[in-house]
Amino acid sequence: MGAELGKYKSCVSARSADKEILKHAQDGGIVTSLFAYALEAGIIDGAIVAANKEFAAKNPSKMMMDNSNFDMIEPWRPLPAIVHTKADLIAAAGTKYNICPTVSMIKEATRTFGLDKVGIVGTPCQMQAVRKLQLYPVGARDVGSAVALAVGIFCMENFPYQSILQLVEDHAAMKLESVKKMEIGKGKFWVYGKRGQVVQLPLKVTHKYEQPGCHVCLDYVANLGDISTGSVGSPDGWSTVFVRSKIGEAVWAKAMTDGVFETQPIEKVKPGLELVTKLANEKITKNKNTVEARKTFGIGKSLRIPYI
Amino acid sequence: MADKITLGYTHVSGCTGCTVALADNYAGLLTLLDRYVDLKYMPTLADARHVQKVDVSFVEGSVCINDKLAVEEIKETREKSAIVVALGACACYGNITRFCRGGQQNQPQHEAFIPINELIKVDVFIPGCAPTPQLIRNVAVMAYLLLKGTKEQKDLATAYLKPLMALPVHGAACGESTACFCDLMTNVINQSLCMGCGSCSSACPVNAITMEYGKPQGERDLCIKCGACYNQCPRSWYSFDVVDNYEAINEAIMAALQ
Repeated sequence: MGAELGKYKSCVSARSADKEILKHAQDGGIVTSLFAYALEAGIIDGAIVAANKEFAAKNPSKMMMDNSNFDMIEPWRPLPAIVHTKADLIAAAGTKYNICPTVSMIKEATRTFGLDKVGIVGTPCQMQAVRKLQLYPVGARDVGSAVALAVGIFCMENFPYQSILQLVEDHAAMKLESVKKMEIGKGKFWVYGKRGQVVQLPLKVTHKYEQPGCHVCLDYVANLGDISTGSVGSPDGWSTVFVRSKIGEAVWAKAMTDGVFETQPIEKVKPGLELVTKLANEKITKNKNTVEARKTFGIGKSLRIPYI
Repeated sequence: MADKITLGYTHVSGCTGCTVALADNYAGLLTLLDRYVDLKYMPTLADARHVQKVDVSFVEGSVCINDKLAVEEIKETREKSAIVVALGACACYGNITRFCRGGQQNQPQHEAFIPINELIKVDVFIPGCAPTPQLIRNVAVMAYLLLKGTKEQKDLATAYLKPLMALPVHGAACGESTACFCDLMTNVINQSLCMGCGSCSSACPVNAITMEYGKPQGERDLCIKCGACYNQCPRSWYSFDVVDNYEAINEAIMAALQ
């Protein structure tokens, strides 16, 4: 294939140099550190991230939500929020493994929230949404040029909230509110409890709960982020980072000069790019087949394919 | 530059919001008019108001089929233009004028309004209520490159305009799109394509769409049928050829307007 990792200018294995961020991070704390640095350096004046109910309770002014049924919002349900400080970022850190409609706030970020330079983090499909919105701004007046830093995260697939509920509470037999961290790695879905218990589920169990819309996605490593990152390819506690665009290159260089990250050459770490490439090809091949199968889904009838 | 393209602007039943959006390119509009476009006629921004022979016509507004003058004007626009662009949601889909049932002063008998591609063949849609100044700008630059550019620029412009040229083919006239929130339901969610990014919710000019558990929920009584949600959705139409090169294309457009 060859295009499975997208265009990039450089690739390293990295982790935050900030101990406090690492304590709360999913892996290397790349997104949290990058945004904290970009806020401090004035590269962005706010970022759209996936927060949660606890964050919303403390910072109602940073969300856009109808509070009438606030009590009904469940643990581990991601809620898009605008953050302005490192403390906000830390409060929202970590992967949520279910759908966060981050792009839904991108226009409002430049309106009600008054941001001129917006940071946004999202999955590959959300990066596609951001770039489409910049090139074809149908309902996004003056928004495209306000996107100052888009950070993409590697993504094999996502889950609806109720799938996570079923996986954690039915399959892993844990209460969602007692979960400290979730993780997909080493071929397993891991659930870490606050009391220290760990449950692992084989990915075979999780597959049927995946969001179906993910199955036509042809991007694993967020080809359209300014910078994209994910745990795959790097050792535990580190993240693989692709620097992709001119914006990404400038921000990353600046952050490196200011000592925001520790890095290692990607060629020196295990399992390295070989694993990233393998998983990217697996996803793309599988999903290309799904797209192809849509053409002959019925009898003489096809399902719609969005790609032109 | 002598090699400008000629542009006309036909204004039928629209609120002038599209005109304002065009003008809101400010210095960009002046650069367009300076270098690339010779504005032949336009009701608000030019002295000449009547339809003339041009390369590209922008049409704002839907057509009232009870208004003989409007019907003649839209047909004349088609006959005299190489390319007809439906500018804004009314021209593309009918938009808010879809709800008209007549009775308004001072032409109470004007009751039936339809998008222009139900009467004439349309080449390009620029959807949105109002369409954004940036999308109008991008299409204008690309239309120029398509007609006057080098081979390479023509290819780029063709790729960029392709999805917008496909929209009239699937538009309201063909019964494939009602430009309503329902399009998201029938063509994205019912087709198992939604991945919950929230673009639709952000694009909606009347805040009729909220995201519930990561999927759009439309308040259909608020929907004005502008089609912004569906067209902004990355799973309605998406061109890898174009979007993968977003950086170069953005740079090319900005350079053209320098």
